[in-house]
Amino acid sequence: MKQLLGEFVGTFLRNRGAAAGLVVLALVGLAAATADLLFPFSPWDMRGGPFMRPGEMDLLLGSDSLGRDVAAGIAYGARVSLLIGAVSTAVAVLVGITLGAVAGYAGGTVDDAIMRFTEFFQTVPSFLLAVVLVAIFSPSLGSIVAAIAIVSWPPVARVIRAEFLSLRNREFVQAAEVLGRSRTAIVFREILPNALSPIIVLASLMVASAILLESGLSFLGLGDPNMISWGFMIGAGRSVIRIAWWMSVFPGVAIFLTVLALNLVGEGLSDALNPRLARRR
Amino acid sequence: MGGVHFARFLAQRVIKMAVMVFAIVTANFLLVHAAPGDPASVMAGEAGAADPQFLAQLRTQFGLDQPLSTQLWLYVSNVAHGDLGMSYRQQRPVAGLIAERLSATLLLTGTAFILAILLGVTLGALAARRVGRTSDSLITVLALGLYATPLFWVGLMLVLVFSVWLDWLPSFGMNTVGANLTGFAAVLDTARYLLLPALTLGLFYMAVYARLTRAAMLEVASQDFVRTARAKGVPEGAVQRRHILRNALLPVITVAGMQLGQLIGGSILVETVFAWPGIGRLAFDALLARDYQILLGVFLVTSVMVLFFNLLTDLLYALIDPRVEVM
Repeated sequence: MKQLLGEFVGTFLRNRGAAAGLVVLALVGLAAATADLLFPFSPWDMRGGPFMRPGEMDLLLGSDSLGRDVAAGIAYGARVSLLIGAVSTAVAVLVGITLGAVAGYAGGTVDDAIMRFTEFFQTVPSFLLAVVLVAIFSPSLGSIVAAIAIVSWPPVARVIRAEFLSLRNREFVQAAEVLGRSRTAIVFREILPNALSPIIVLASLMVASAILLESGLSFLGLGDPNMISWGFMIGAGRSVIRIAWWMSVFPGVAIFLTVLALNLVGEGLSDALNPRLARRR
Repeated sequence: MGGVHFARFLAQRVIKMAVMVFAIVTANFLLVHAAPGDPASVMAGEAGAADPQFLAQLRTQFGLDQPLSTQLWLYVSNVAHGDLGMSYRQQRPVAGLIAERLSATLLLTGTAFILAILLGVTLGALAARRVGRTSDSLITVLALGLYATPLFWVGLMLVLVFSVWLDWLPSFGMNTVGANLTGFAAVLDTARYLLLPALTLGLFYMAVYARLTRAAMLEVASQDFVRTARAKGVPEGAVQRRHILRNALLPVITVAGMQLGQLIGGSILVETVFAWPGIGRLAFDALLARDYQILLGVFLVTSVMVLFFNLLTDLLYALIDPRVEVM
């Protein structure tokens, strides 16, 4: 087991993109964790005059139209992005695994019904559905997480269902059935662990797209009104882009780096978990 | 594919689409119900009279006192007749508001789609021909970068560069206000306004199609008929274009058709950035005004358009590729 883990880490880090992604991700996480040490004040506080250029009055990335520190906003915004990305992905993965496992293991009518349900969510334009849901249930951390989870679970369900369909008839599952193990034991102890590696890869990519979704929502003014977020900052900078480019440029760079890092980590995980595929490429 | 065969295929897909439309209308109905403030109290508020008797009268008039299933049936039949409800704030039917904005959105998404396909396929084909060389990796890096960039931010950065710094292109709107241009001059004017938003919307999908084309071409290139063509002495350029690219396009077209719907969904962000007067901008303004009827109307119309384009792609695919499985 230990040797296997070492091999996994080795393959992962040999992928330079994935290693770089991991470093960037660690830095973003560090900024989020130490936001109130780096900037021991609220990101909504006035710290200088309005529209100060980057570097003026110790404001590393300038100030916005109300004199708020853009750098502080980015550090505190990292919390929102990472939190929403992680929690909504966790919820979506749980929902997807449950529905996919039931569909794949039960088969027949149940499978059919669940797949139609999944298809519905895959057809409907996902960003618009998220906008509608957050708008109707009023923007808050909870409604944003729920909306993002609702639009992002279908791929998980499909992957898990496919894995279950192919694993269900394998010898080790039949052996467990012959041994008289319960259904739940077979699903959770035999099949699920073998279906997890594609889900790990998918989850890292889902965190990335959840962060993009969140930024789009808060750009439209559908962010949690109590928490500063990157999309909100870009939205605030949109109308004054002619006088203060830094207000919309820097938060965008933060989103870009974080999402790129997550995508690279996802690719690295995919290579490390499927060594055969990686070598063929 | 034979005529009867195709008719059956068509019927099957149309029925599937009808079921899906019904599901979407039902979901929309439930969302209308979940929206804060029922229509009667909103209307009474607008009329400036909120006494309980008037409210009750309004509820009866609009069937809001009926059981939920009756209301659903009423809603479905209204939608079937093209009635998407009233915007109480604008005092106008939602269907009319959407109809007059639809052409702007179709122009924007259509242009973005064509741009994405043309640029994406070209870049993908280039990358596939030069596998492993610098230009191939450049294209891969470009795609990776575009995957990670929020659409609306790309739009803002294009505005910053091309409107604010270089002052080449206008940053918002659809045509020059008060210019009263006609004929070719008007078309040219709109084209100048269209370029940045269409590019913004198209770039991400361009990256998707470039990667798809590259992968599909590499796959086709290893097949026997390509080796045969080369053995026959077909010139390399013709092999690439006629044998490889043409066969690689099929999966690209399918995915592209499926994504046309997502493209329309993404236009809400782009239309917001560029103040493009389409249904996305309409939805954004409705969002600010908390006008849920319009928001849900846009959601319904967009979903139905997605279904329609999916059906179209299915049919196109069945016509192009006779091997497609019917049952």
